[in-house]
Amino acid sequence: MAVLLTRNTRLLVQGITGREGSFHALQAAEYGTQVVAGVTPGRGGGAQDGVPIFNTVAEAVRETGANASVVFVPPPVAADAVMEAADAEVALIVCITEGIPTLDMMRALEFLRGRQSRLIGPNCPGLITAGQGKAGIIPGHICQEGRVGVVSKSGTLTYEAIHQLTQLGLGQTTCIGIGGDPLIGTSFIDALELFEADDETEAVVLIGEIGGHAEEDAAAYIKQQVQKPVVGFVAGQSAPPGRRMGHAGAIISGGQGTADSKMVALSAAGVDVVRSPAEIGEAVAKRLSG
Amino acid sequence: MKIHEYQAKALLAEYGVPVPRSEPVFSVAEAKGAAERLGGRVVVKAQIHAGGRGKGGGVRLADDALTAAATADQILGMTLVTPQTGPNGRVVSRLLIEEGLDIASELYLGLLIDRASQRPVLMMSAAGGMDIEQVAEETPDQIHRISIAPGLGLAPFQARQLAAAVGLRGKPAAQAAALMLRVWQAFVARDASLVEINPLVVTVDEEVLALDAKVTLDDNASFRNPGLRELRDLDEEDALEIEASKYSLSYIRLDGSIGCMVNGAGLAMATMDIIKLSGGEPANFLDVGGGANAEQIRNAFRILLSDDKVRAVLINIFGGILRCDVLAEGVISAVTDLGIEVPVVIRMEGTNVDEGKRMLRESGLNFTTADSMGEAAQHAVRLSGKEAGR
Repeated sequence: MAVLLTRNTRLLVQGITGREGSFHALQAAEYGTQVVAGVTPGRGGGAQDGVPIFNTVAEAVRETGANASVVFVPPPVAADAVMEAADAEVALIVCITEGIPTLDMMRALEFLRGRQSRLIGPNCPGLITAGQGKAGIIPGHICQEGRVGVVSKSGTLTYEAIHQLTQLGLGQTTCIGIGGDPLIGTSFIDALELFEADDETEAVVLIGEIGGHAEEDAAAYIKQQVQKPVVGFVAGQSAPPGRRMGHAGAIISGGQGTADSKMVALSAAGVDVVRSPAEIGEAVAKRLSG
Repeated sequence: MKIHEYQAKALLAEYGVPVPRSEPVFSVAEAKGAAERLGGRVVVKAQIHAGGRGKGGGVRLADDALTAAATADQILGMTLVTPQTGPNGRVVSRLLIEEGLDIASELYLGLLIDRASQRPVLMMSAAGGMDIEQVAEETPDQIHRISIAPGLGLAPFQARQLAAAVGLRGKPAAQAAALMLRVWQAFVARDASLVEINPLVVTVDEEVLALDAKVTLDDNASFRNPGLRELRDLDEEDALEIEASKYSLSYIRLDGSIGCMVNGAGLAMATMDIIKLSGGEPANFLDVGGGANAEQIRNAFRILLSDDKVRAVLINIFGGILRCDVLAEGVISAVTDLGIEVPVVIRMEGTNVDEGKRMLRESGLNFTTADSMGEAAQHAVRLSGKEAGR
């Protein structure tokens, strides 16, 4: 079954006429995703590579039955785009944009409360269901239909894990990049809950990084609620305190958010925590063969 | 973005937050003049982007303008080491000369976005002047918190509740509540990610003021805060990091000998980790971004090799959008043009990887290629050691 996105997903692209939006809309379609609509205010009535463009998300949903949206609009207007999609009752909203002001995101998340839409991101690579479809920028060719769910705060480090799983013939069900910002729509726990309930997912790879408390929270959840094997890696074991390591949320402050604290919590919850990012795939293989 | 105490106070004062009278100064003569204008009895405060200044001798009382000038002379140019600066400390080049106050009590006030609840949280404690993390650890019940609804903002009754919770009564309670509402206004209007007033003081005249202030602003909101760039103090930043930021490269200088060039922040951190696991030390964090081209790679090389501790370079690129052949072309041209002599280890994976590897092999340059991150890290550690022993 996989989670969140399947071959039946009808994807719309907010910001489809931009450089990133147009490129990744094509990539998604090439991968087999049903890309049914694009939205760029003021460009309605036109088309981008054969995909009809609408002025508003509401109109696009009405005309095409789109049920997922991927957001590629610039940071100053991205939170607004997310709210527009939620207002149009799009079930899955994937926000790729990096650099959204925190207060904008805070208001957008408040707007999402009590609504049915799920937001992935922002500042994330999106998600892909191997062999079925994708919303975001994860390269399709490194994926292989298989048995492992991946959830990660990172982009290219996620590709690394996906690649290792493919090399070992384990493949993936769905890979979800939840994003490296302090405020995000979907947490590790949300993803773990979905993977735990998914028949096809036999194991989960969880990739965290320094900053915040999400990995510790995930550990507590795993201990209570997750039966499937989980392999974990936490990036930033060698990161200095007080410095923001690329991602807005990746910072050790006041002694909080260290890789050590996260690794200890995950290990105590029964997660196979690997110290080396090169050993993620092998650790999964070991758990699934054991 | 971090800003200085004097900038933070000026920003808060714009929104009506009461602060002591003070003047920022850059020289001993200015310090003397400021102290005279402020009535002679002043506090001389070093302005650096780190807390714990008092413990390091960066905050001192002076009873008159002459003493203030002598104190300023001692602090200006000194390397101030505090628990937050690290062992190398920071050179002081700015001071804040502030009027001395007769303080009755000290409190703590903090406002930030709580990641878990995804809402702003206003915190107060009667244990002012102390390190708040220590208070949180030792006496967590001394910290009072209220969650702010993003749509509604801080309600006056919430501010009154918090003032009461930390034991304020009468005039100081009303003043503190008013101050909280103004801090909230400033936080929202200027896209702050943190406001910390430690201590917030009540004077013997029952006035409530921000005696210290720390404000961090959201870099992502700089497009709507045009004044923000002027608040940046380049003296507080590493020269190479400033240079890197001009080219949208995310670079952080570290102490090791293996220079890293990676695409993506998570992979860049993981590359540092695997170098350390292999027995080496990373010289830097460097994320060249998703769309790195030949020019970016050249800039990245130039910057990471400006650090003379670098004995080997490890390039780790997972090409999703970025094609490996484009990367190889960029690396070859940068190494040729810049005359790079340190060993370069390249691990790349992803789109057009075979073509990229062929180009590197046939370039005639001294590259070491690796098929996995682990192998690449081992090569880099070995080569950095060999160079060091030469």
